[in-house]
Amino acid sequence: MSETVSERAATEPAPGEAILEVRDLVKHFPVRVGVLFKHVIGQVRAVDGVSFELRRGETLGVVGESGCGKSTLAQVLMRLEPPTSGTALYKGRDMFAMRGAELRKLRRSIQIVLQDPYTSLNPRMTVGDIVGEPFDIHPEVAPKGERRAKVRELLDVVGLNPEHINRYPHQFSGGQRQRIGIARALALRPEIIICDEPVSALDVSIQAQVMNLLGDLQSEFGLSYVFIAHDLSVVRHLSDRVAVMYLGKIVEIGTEDEIYSHPTHPYTQALLSAVPVADPTVRGQRQVIRLEGDVPSPVDPPSGCRFRTRCWKAQDVCAEEVPELVTRVAGHPSACHFAEERSVVP
Amino acid sequence: MTDPTIATQQADAGGAYVTALEHAEPTTGQPGRPGKPRSLWSDAWRDLRRRPLFIIAVVVILFLTVVALFPQWFTSVDPNHRDLTRSRQPPSGDAWFGYDVQGQDIYARVVYGTRWSLLVGVAGSLLTVLIGGTIGLLAGYFGGWLDGLLSRVGEVFSGLPFVLGGIVILNAFRSTGVDSALALVGMVVLALALLTWPISMRIIRSAAISAKQQDYVKAARALGASPWRIIFRHMLPNCLAPVLVYATILLGSFIAIEATLSFLGIGLRDPAVSWGVMISDSRNYIRVAPHLLLFPAGILTLTVLAFVMLGDAVRDALDPKLR
Repeated sequence: MSETVSERAATEPAPGEAILEVRDLVKHFPVRVGVLFKHVIGQVRAVDGVSFELRRGETLGVVGESGCGKSTLAQVLMRLEPPTSGTALYKGRDMFAMRGAELRKLRRSIQIVLQDPYTSLNPRMTVGDIVGEPFDIHPEVAPKGERRAKVRELLDVVGLNPEHINRYPHQFSGGQRQRIGIARALALRPEIIICDEPVSALDVSIQAQVMNLLGDLQSEFGLSYVFIAHDLSVVRHLSDRVAVMYLGKIVEIGTEDEIYSHPTHPYTQALLSAVPVADPTVRGQRQVIRLEGDVPSPVDPPSGCRFRTRCWKAQDVCAEEVPELVTRVAGHPSACHFAEERSVVP
Repeated sequence: MTDPTIATQQADAGGAYVTALEHAEPTTGQPGRPGKPRSLWSDAWRDLRRRPLFIIAVVVILFLTVVALFPQWFTSVDPNHRDLTRSRQPPSGDAWFGYDVQGQDIYARVVYGTRWSLLVGVAGSLLTVLIGGTIGLLAGYFGGWLDGLLSRVGEVFSGLPFVLGGIVILNAFRSTGVDSALALVGMVVLALALLTWPISMRIIRSAAISAKQQDYVKAARALGASPWRIIFRHMLPNCLAPVLVYATILLGSFIAIEATLSFLGIGLRDPAVSWGVMISDSRNYIRVAPHLLLFPAGILTLTVLAFVMLGDAVRDALDPKLR
């Protein structure tokens, strides 16, 4: 296994180079009404102009509350949904223009771990069939005779007993099922794995195990992760860089330290201030920022800055001008006209 | 059965942080014989062979098939021999099931009727489920305008009144001048399937729509699976259960419905015999000669029961959770 990695490393870009570049990615879902003659009355702006780059071997955490477009972003990047506009370059080639054989090759390079381990495995397939399916779809990866051995090896890699190859998903616990899902994603030796909230459906005690597994696999296979989650502490544990999303846009992006210790966007600060602190001695000492109201509808987002309806700093300029995601203070990009550093996590 | 604790130790050594809690296995798993790949179908077959219900059902169905193929092995009486002096005679040593209104031996008629009744029931429900299942899967998977079109076509067919539709279809075929019993049964089967497929299509379409939105289909698409692979490997096994149950019930009703068509003069005719015709012929004599109804209806019930048991056993065997 390590052979394959080193072989690849010789021909592929060196660590630190961007292997995935997303530019102005937009995904709108039309809202249709009518029974027979449907007409579009609006667009759900699920993802509205997202740009980031993913470097080799790094983990990019994507956080945001429910409905901010994180999962849609994952689906578009997996080419499960066509993008409305924007580009994504995988090693400099446009992912969304790929067809046929090239797309098949892309499928081998980018894989996904889905959120719910209870629905992401076909209940009527054995674990061997589930983890072996990638080889059936891409027969060039492994000759028929070797597939069984490869599946057993994969189960071993993710910490499952290879003897359980003939069992069915319902005979496993949630954490074990998620490991099966990870084994399936690993089968084709991808370079990028998009983790769509891989631990949010698991017990807290199991979350840590699965995250540690993901971390181990990253160093073993040189994987790059796009790690989507709504739990800031989960993202912090794994991520090198973090992007904070709100209503389809990235509001702040930076390294783990920049985001957690030097947040500049009010939304990031509010999110961080809500993270529970396990130390009872600092309880009550820190300031909790409470946001008023609800997330506006993505069908009709606010003008200008999307966060302005809930922001305590909002002024007239926020309604008129969309704040660009540029570096203003603290050395990392933040989409706020009044970005200022404020440490909220003790 | 492998020892779960060994797995825990191995995994821990690999730094994968597996706790005993997470490896708490259900003990109901099959005895692990590693190295021998197993699939849903081979597991289902292994399971079926051990189910008494399945074995009984198969024995009954095999027996009925033999009766259908070789009725002369089971009776030497001509099912169409009439002797009016024996009209409505109750069961006796001579005629185990008694005689009907026209003095025909009911036992012989039941034996000879097996062929056509079984053929109508089995072929009719198979064809119905095949047509409805294919169309339902396609409509459910592809959705959009194809779903709209196929669903509307289905509604047209289910909107036809059954008897009227049967008369129209069978009369249209009749004018082509076929007269052999087999061709007639074929037409009846075709008419039944044409008029009832929308129901099985609806059943499988709704199952397909819900299966399509499952994450495992998403994962398969992310792997680059073709639509056919998704339909056959992922959706079909998960859509089969409801339609299997429906098909077994349909089988019985088809055998009975065939009698309606015969009664109207567009189904089977003499000398072909069928259970449905016998049941419908007995309707005026139920109080004075109940055996006219009892024997053909009893055999029909037994047949339907066997197929329902078979369907249930197969459905249970295809669900790993119920094994």
